[in-house]
Amino acid sequence: MKVTFPHMGNLHIPVATLLRDLSLEVVVPPPTNQRSLSLGVRHSPESACFPFKLNIGNFIEAHEKGADTILMAGGVGPCRLGYYAQVQKEILRDLGYDFEYIILEPPRGHIGELWEKIRRLNGGVTVKQVIGALRLAWEKVLALDAVEKALHHLRPRVVFPDQATAVYRRSLEALDKASGIARIRAIKVHTLDELESLPRRGGPKPLRVALVGEIYTVLEPFANLSIEERLGKMGVEVCRALFLGDWIRSNLLLDALRLKGGMDVKEAAKPYLNRFVGGEGQESVGYAVLSARRGYDGVLHIAPFTCMPEIVAESILPAVSRDYNIPSMTLMLDEHSAETGIITRLEAFVDLLARRRGQRKEMEQLERIPGD
Amino acid sequence: MNGYLGIDVGSVSTNVVVINDAHEVLTSLYLRTGGQPIRVVQEAIRQLKEQLSPDLEIAGVGTTGSGRELTGVMVGADVVKNEITAHAVAAQHFVPEVQTVLEIGGQDSKIVILRDGIVVDFAMNSVCAAGTGSFLDRQAARLGVAIEEFGRMALRSKNPVRIAGRCAVFAESDMIHKQQMGHTMEDIIRGLCQALVRNYLNNVGKGKEILAPVVFQGGVAANIGIVKAFEEALGTKVVVPRYYHVMGAIGAAMLAREKILAGAEETRFRGFGVSEVDYRTGSFECRGCPNCCEIIEFYMDGSLAARWGGRCEKWQRVQQEAAERA
Repeated sequence: MKVTFPHMGNLHIPVATLLRDLSLEVVVPPPTNQRSLSLGVRHSPESACFPFKLNIGNFIEAHEKGADTILMAGGVGPCRLGYYAQVQKEILRDLGYDFEYIILEPPRGHIGELWEKIRRLNGGVTVKQVIGALRLAWEKVLALDAVEKALHHLRPRVVFPDQATAVYRRSLEALDKASGIARIRAIKVHTLDELESLPRRGGPKPLRVALVGEIYTVLEPFANLSIEERLGKMGVEVCRALFLGDWIRSNLLLDALRLKGGMDVKEAAKPYLNRFVGGEGQESVGYAVLSARRGYDGVLHIAPFTCMPEIVAESILPAVSRDYNIPSMTLMLDEHSAETGIITRLEAFVDLLARRRGQRKEMEQLERIPGD
Repeated sequence: MNGYLGIDVGSVSTNVVVINDAHEVLTSLYLRTGGQPIRVVQEAIRQLKEQLSPDLEIAGVGTTGSGRELTGVMVGADVVKNEITAHAVAAQHFVPEVQTVLEIGGQDSKIVILRDGIVVDFAMNSVCAAGTGSFLDRQAARLGVAIEEFGRMALRSKNPVRIAGRCAVFAESDMIHKQQMGHTMEDIIRGLCQALVRNYLNNVGKGKEILAPVVFQGGVAANIGIVKAFEEALGTKVVVPRYYHVMGAIGAAMLAREKILAGAEETRFRGFGVSEVDYRTGSFECRGCPNCCEIIEFYMDGSLAARWGGRCEKWQRVQQEAAERA
């Protein structure tokens, strides 16, 4: 049995570690690329969302590398992703790919069922082995989050942003290979040191933009046209709402124990959106509110074209913008997104934020003069 | 005397202006891009040289429009700016109190919302080009009407017909249908103007608070039929500035001036000689990863001047290292 799973940003690093430590053979699909996109678009329903199409591309490319079992997330809606696994199964079967499926439904208190699925993957697995594998994978998640946060902070502050990106990429490779907790921590510390020691540039404090939206689009650089890197190079500090660790903590761990996570975000969303609308719709609104309170310069909201939960958020964000006086912009992305169009909008948005900040400074100075 | 050059290379037209320190337009050119931005920019620079007085010194250059990067490298720009910012800056200069800028060009349309002198929101068309200049051009040609006559004909209509404006193809089928029903040309044209405005306001202007003064610019602002349709739909007067067709270029020139004055730097302008330089572009497919990026190379008189088109930093890095060695 050779297990594969879809890409989503750096998710493959902890997931491959976890599966390998459960003594499974793992085939990580090639990084999502133009070819995965073409394959996915050709074989997916036109109106399915972008993640669906890229998943199909990943699965076909993994099959070429020998994968025969797919591990895919399920879900309970209202986001369509919950039934993607079923539809993808049908499509791949019609195309003649012979895959076994393990569909992971959110545990929602049914930990026994999850245990059954793990046993199906590897009958001889022990509880101790599972705990060890989870600990190692979790350590990688924490290291990845820390490295990414440092990258976002430093990219707009260093002389050569490409150098920071290169350090980050090297660290991803090292973390992927690392096989002990001590080693993972050492890589993390080393990367953070390396990033910190890059030559800094002077000048004003970078603009801070909150990146909110649907999790796949936010985490997968191929889907969002490397939006974080582009903004970083424009001198903008990206403050991302979602990190793998936070997401796993609030959506899987706490949920599995039937506890509620991310309450402050939901609390912040309340005056605008008082209920779960699927995916990250409510979180997008809540995080936009929190970003405004934290004094960020703007909110960038991204999602796949036709994403229902984020369309709900998109229609609410102008109200948040008005109430908190914080600019926001929504970009809906899919295989038709033209790079030039996205760049033009990003540049214009950053200009808008920069000019606003300039004006606010002038106002403050004007207000200060009479008191002097 | 100092002059500041602004170049707006759009999909349909390439506009070039030179302004002075008082922001007065000394000269303006409007040429068809025709898919050949390099040749058109060279032609424009040649014409400029003939028109400008010899004691005028180009002290700064700004480029904008979809061809801004290429043109920026070519002429040596001090500022390379997106068209949204450029249009807003120019509109604000001619109408300082402006709160809304409507801009409709050859293939895209945008709206910019300003409050207290700064841009607070903007949008660009993302669905369809049904409201833009190219579509109007095409429909005028199909009806056998000169595009310059289009607007005036619309004003003569008494009973505009309702045309579906959602998408260019459906708008065209609907127009043909209305012709075959026997509606007059004037009524159809006015109906089309209204459909385009409706489409623009529902898609591009969706959810935006459109407050007066409203400035309408871009090539389509020449069309009096569309101007009237906007005024009817918005219930307010729409201002079409004198240089409506070259506002992007004016904005780019103003931003270049701002930058030069703020930094007290010398311009990077390569001089009028750029009209004689041999520019060439080439491309190759990078085989470094499965993305197979199309890398575009830009040569000036045989030597590599710029590279772009990669998803990662690989080729920029090669270029940066080469520059450091040189």
